[in-house]
Amino acid sequence: MTMQKPFAITLDPGSSLANKTGTWRTERPVYVDRLPPCNEQCPAGEDIQGWLYHAEGGDYESAWRHLTRDNPFPAIMGRVCYHGCEGMCNRGQLDAPVGINSVERFLGDEALKQGWRFEAPGAESGKQVLVVGAGPSGMSAAYHLRRLGHRVTVLEAGALMGGMMRFGIPKYRLPRDVLDAEMQRIVEMGVTVRLDTKVVDVAQTMKDAGFDAAFLAVGAHIAKRAYIPAKDSSRILDAVAVLRSMEGEEQPMLGRRVVVYGGGNTAIDVARTARRLGAAEAIIVYRRTREKMPAHDFEVEEALQEGVMVKWLSTIKQADDRTLTIEKMKLDEKGLPQPTGEFETLEADSLVLALGQDVDLSLLEGVPGLVVDDGVVQVDPATMMTGHAGLFAGGDMVPAERNVTVAVGHGKKAARHIDAWLRGARLQAAPKHAPASFERLNPWYYSDAPKTVRPELELARRTSSFDEVQGGLTEDNALFEARRCLSCGNCFECDNCYGVCPDNAVVKLGPGQRFAINYDYCKGCGMCVAECPCGAIDMVPEQA
Amino acid sequence: MTQPVKFYQTGTFTVGNRLLAPEQRSVQASAERNNSLNSGHRACQGCGEALGARYAVDAAMRATGGELIAANATGCLEVFSTPYPETSWQLPWIHSLFGNAAAVGTGIAAALKVKARKAGHALSSVRVIAQGGDGGTTDIGFGCLSGMFERNDDVLYICYDNEAYMNTGVQRSSATPPGARTATTMAVGEHPGAEFGQGKNLPRIAMAHGIPFVATATVADLRDLEAKVEKAMGLHGARYLHILVPCPLGWGAAAHDTIRLARLACQTGLFPVFEAEHGDVSHVTKIRHRVPVQEYLRPQKRFAHLFGTPGHPEMLARIQADADRNIRRFGLLDEASEPESETVPAGGLAPGEAAGQAGPGRGA
Repeated sequence: MTMQKPFAITLDPGSSLANKTGTWRTERPVYVDRLPPCNEQCPAGEDIQGWLYHAEGGDYESAWRHLTRDNPFPAIMGRVCYHGCEGMCNRGQLDAPVGINSVERFLGDEALKQGWRFEAPGAESGKQVLVVGAGPSGMSAAYHLRRLGHRVTVLEAGALMGGMMRFGIPKYRLPRDVLDAEMQRIVEMGVTVRLDTKVVDVAQTMKDAGFDAAFLAVGAHIAKRAYIPAKDSSRILDAVAVLRSMEGEEQPMLGRRVVVYGGGNTAIDVARTARRLGAAEAIIVYRRTREKMPAHDFEVEEALQEGVMVKWLSTIKQADDRTLTIEKMKLDEKGLPQPTGEFETLEADSLVLALGQDVDLSLLEGVPGLVVDDGVVQVDPATMMTGHAGLFAGGDMVPAERNVTVAVGHGKKAARHIDAWLRGARLQAAPKHAPASFERLNPWYYSDAPKTVRPELELARRTSSFDEVQGGLTEDNALFEARRCLSCGNCFECDNCYGVCPDNAVVKLGPGQRFAINYDYCKGCGMCVAECPCGAIDMVPEQA
Repeated sequence: MTQPVKFYQTGTFTVGNRLLAPEQRSVQASAERNNSLNSGHRACQGCGEALGARYAVDAAMRATGGELIAANATGCLEVFSTPYPETSWQLPWIHSLFGNAAAVGTGIAAALKVKARKAGHALSSVRVIAQGGDGGTTDIGFGCLSGMFERNDDVLYICYDNEAYMNTGVQRSSATPPGARTATTMAVGEHPGAEFGQGKNLPRIAMAHGIPFVATATVADLRDLEAKVEKAMGLHGARYLHILVPCPLGWGAAAHDTIRLARLACQTGLFPVFEAEHGDVSHVTKIRHRVPVQEYLRPQKRFAHLFGTPGHPEMLARIQADADRNIRRFGLLDEASEPESETVPAGGLAPGEAAGQAGPGRGA
């Protein structure tokens, strides 16, 4: 363009865009995704930050669908998961952790209310997979296998689906309509479940029905015993039997004074159940101290609030008719309980033993290659495959912490590796993102907001009924809670990088598309990195 | 009893927020923003002035529907944006002398008024801003600016304050804060750095003219800055906006710390953020997380001589006293949130304060 130029002007006006200031740069900003601590901790492998992102915008169905990519039981999880994710939450270093578990429950309940369903698989693989056990691990595997297009048959020894979730977790923690609904939703995907069908010989069952692979997920239903000298007239029961009989027509007769022996979550469950059955006193006898107790602290706290009593540092030496002989213990320097020789007696109408559980492994007899050690089946932790090709196992019957979330995670992992194995492949673990630590965040940008607390049933109603103790969040509270998420290490499109660049070198790509750096003009000042709230940008040296 | 959720994760602290309604979002969050100061300019890495200028002028462009003319004093902003024959400006823009940007703005406004009257309108729809650095505003251009104020000319004057003459090699201006090392206030002798009790506080001087609108802002609070520009463009007459824009080179700070330093300037109380109408303070931005002045000073090499052994604890105490005075004068703290935090030195006001020199935008 030539134009009439004024005096002493010889050049046309130009744009500074001709000046590529990117050449000044010695370091470049690069967008990254980091692994938030909640996701890293989740035994079921949920993308917690990912589903909270959808919930933050009020799109609960997308949040639920994102969540159920990994875990098909949000309503159950939202009640029984021990939510270690919250213990890891970076927001805990600001005010209080995000109430992940309560938002999960809200999404799960919302799905049940709205009737959201899982979609049937796109294409059938033509493969048949056997799942033994309709508990959390088995049904999780069935769900994931079905999504991958396989025909799945679940064989369950019990009369109802749910496994230890039904026979080990009391109703006041997990209402049965919620359990039934989340189980049924998996059946509706086209999964066949045969109840009252106990597998006695897994090799024969597979051969008979032509299964291509199997996932074994038998729960720990057998109560461990301890030798306690007892009179014939003393009433001694085991915790598994007590909790199981709660599912039947006849409730167990425990009497007015019930003593529970053990310190795990099951002991707490039985004591709280006894209170609800009308026991005036429910006393837990445990050989160590509260700090050493394996039960989760919030459950101990709830039990104490309900009037459950605990005799710490005590063992039961003898059971007579309506009296127990208790020996006091003390901790040695290693923290182990040692007898003191001091005894006392305790009145009791019944004694319930909650000393741990074992798995019935008889169905595995004669299967070549299997290794059983310490009462559990050894598996390759990367694939969940046992020593017998095509036979996978998870949940209570493999070496791991025993809880619902771990079991669900086993089911997912096994399903993916069964799918690969059926295709003759081996699934490589996807490389994990580097952790999203608190130090990488710029917390200035987050609004201050403490955690919303779920309502709890008032005490009086709690101990006299089996109504659920923890209530759910209202929609407003759930939205509030979701929005407390810091989105650690993952861009949530706050536009800070786009705004704070003095050189307009950040390109906004539109909703859901995030941003790009225009390296023609980026001078490498690092302001976008410093001001990114969630630490989703790295500064990387330029190559010489 | 349910209340609608009024919690938006990052609220308005971040530049954008997908959870807010579109009309509540910032100009800078928009993919259609004007980028009035375009890429390719020659400002240093992490330049606060380049950032502040785009924030302010983009907001003015949005407020006026793009009908805006800018007069620009000599200084960094002019030199880095417009080396002949290139320019980064994407609006009608004129380079004035160092000292007369306010007068040039006045002239443009007068010409527009004549044009509007000839076309049969009372006011021109085209609006005018004049802008410059702290040297061109508080020292060299002060006479023209004061004249523009007292005549109540229809111009928004924006001062981008980086607290010294950065373009010519970091010489002291009347906006340089006490204790700061510059090329002309070296860190030597008994009183290293800029003197206490000197300099001037332009926002308060502007208020003394009784003009319709005076405000301070920083590059650390975009939403506040945009709101003030928008408010200013909704008014006629002389208006003054004083924006703190940290300078990595002149302050001896890391390029990525520009916004952080602006934030700390506010959170210490050293740079009070407020607005005033017709000479009276009408709004104050409260301190959110109060911090001692050391946190702001320590990352800047221009204050390095205050720290270490022996350092100058007495100077740190005076700077803290300046910050505390601002907090009292402007009511920068929510009383409920921080009852205990006043740190008035024994013996009353420090000499610099008694002289009335340490006020808002001291350091401004």
